[in-house]
Amino acid sequence: MSLTALILTLTFVGIAIILSLWQHLQLEKDLIIGTIRAAIQLTAVGYILQIVFDLNEWPYLLLIILIMLLVAAQNAARRGKGINNIFIKILISIAAAEIIAMAILLGFHIVDSTPRFIIPLSGMVIGNAMISCGLFLNRLFQEIRSKKDVINVALSLGATSKQAINSALRNSVRASTIPVIDGLKTVGLVQLPGMMTGLIIGGTSPIEAVRYQLLILFSLTAVTTISSMILAFLTYPSIFTEAHQLKQIIK
Amino acid sequence: MAQQENNLPVFQFKNVIKHQPLTPGNNIAILENINIEITRGNIITITGPSGAGKSTLLFLLNRLIDTDQGEIFYQGKKLVDWDVTELRRQVGLVFQHPTMLAGSVKDNLLYGPLLHNEYPVESPAQLIEQVELPSYLLERDARDLSGGQQQRVTLARTLANSPRVLLLDEITSSLDPKTSSSIEKLVISLNNEQGYTCLWVTHNNDQSRRVGNTTWYLNNGKIEVI
Repeated sequence: MSLTALILTLTFVGIAIILSLWQHLQLEKDLIIGTIRAAIQLTAVGYILQIVFDLNEWPYLLLIILIMLLVAAQNAARRGKGINNIFIKILISIAAAEIIAMAILLGFHIVDSTPRFIIPLSGMVIGNAMISCGLFLNRLFQEIRSKKDVINVALSLGATSKQAINSALRNSVRASTIPVIDGLKTVGLVQLPGMMTGLIIGGTSPIEAVRYQLLILFSLTAVTTISSMILAFLTYPSIFTEAHQLKQIIK
Repeated sequence: MAQQENNLPVFQFKNVIKHQPLTPGNNIAILENINIEITRGNIITITGPSGAGKSTLLFLLNRLIDTDQGEIFYQGKKLVDWDVTELRRQVGLVFQHPTMLAGSVKDNLLYGPLLHNEYPVESPAQLIEQVELPSYLLERDARDLSGGQQQRVTLARTLANSPRVLLLDEITSSLDPKTSSSIEKLVISLNNEQGYTCLWVTHNNDQSRRVGNTTWYLNNGKIEVI
C-alpha cells in the first residue's frame, strides 16, 4: 500500500469526526487521540518487528513476547482489583497458555520456528488469553456478588472454599470461552476473520489463508480455556480466608 | 472421655470483642469483652434491637467470621483449633433468609452429608416430614417452593448434618402462626429427646418465653441474661 493510499484511509476517521460533531457525540477528542496513538504504536511496532525479523535471534524474540505478556497481564489485572497478587496470577495464566500453544505449534512443526511466525501467533494467543482472563474475572465477581448467600450457606454446612465456589468458577470459565466458541460456530458465515482477510489481501490463496485461520481458531479454543482455568485455580483461594470464610473483597 | 465432654460447657466466651462496620470508618460494638458460658442441652433465645449483632453472634459460633479479640471455646477446645468444616457440621446454622442451593429439595437435604461422602442418618423423606412438608416435594426444584416451605427445608438441611448445636436466626419470621408453632415444637422435642443445644435469635418476646430456658438480651456490645 502506498503512503498516499494510507493517508487517504484517514477519510474514515474524518467521517467519524464529522458525524460526531453533527450529532454532538463529543467523540472528536478521543477519535483524534486514538488515531494518533494507533498510528504511532503500530508504526513503531512495524519497525521493531522488521528489526527482530531481520536479526532472527531468540533473545530479541523472547523480549518481545515478554513485553506482550507483561502488558496483557497489566491490562487484565484491572478487572481483578481486590484479589491478592492478581497481576502475577494473570501473568502465570497467560504465560502457561502461550507456552502450551507454542509447544504444540513448534513441537509438531505446524509453523516455522522463526520470528515471522512466532510473534504474530504469540500476539493472538496472548491477546485472546488476556481477554479470556478479563472476562473470567468480570463474571467471577458478578457470581460472588449475586451468590454470596449461596456460598455462605454451603460453607456453613461444612463445604470447603473450593466446594462452595465450584459452580461460580465453572460458570466463569464457561463465560470466558463463549466468544471464541461462538466465533467457531459463525466464522465464515458472519465475518471473515482479520488474519484471513489480511492474508488474502496480501496475496495468499484463500485456501492457504483458511488453513492458517483454522490453525488460529483451534489454538485459541485451547488458549482461552487453559488461561481461564489456570486463573480459576490461582484466584479462588484469595477470595477466602484459610478458615474457609468468604472475604469482603467485593462490595 | 464422653463423660468429660458432657461436663464441659458447649461454648465458652473469654474476653470476646467483636466490632463490625456500620458505615466506613464507623464501627459498632457487637460484643464488648464478653465472658459467658453456654451449657449443654439449653435453648437460649437471643433478643435485642435490630443491628445489635444477634446474627453476627451466630456467625461467630459457626466460624463464618472470627472475633477481633478474645477466644471462643467449643467443647473445651478453641474454635480456631477445630477443623472448620467439622465444626460447621457440628454447629449447624439456619439463616434468617432461606437460601436454596441449586437443584431439588432432596439435593439440598443431601448436600451437607454428601460433602463428606456420607448419607444422612435419617432419610430425606424423614427429614422433610420432620419439618412438616410432604415428601412429594423432594424432587421439586427447591427454588420453586414458597418462602415458608424454603425456610423449613433450610432447617431440615441443617438437621441432615446431625449437628450437636443448632443456631437458629429468626427462622419462623416468615412462617404462619401454625407452622411457626410446629417448628417450635420440633426444636423443643429435638432438645428434649436428642439433647440438642440451641441458640435461637428471635424478635418475638412470646416465642422467646415459650421456647427458651434462658434469654440473652444483646445490646451495645453487652449480653444481659434474663
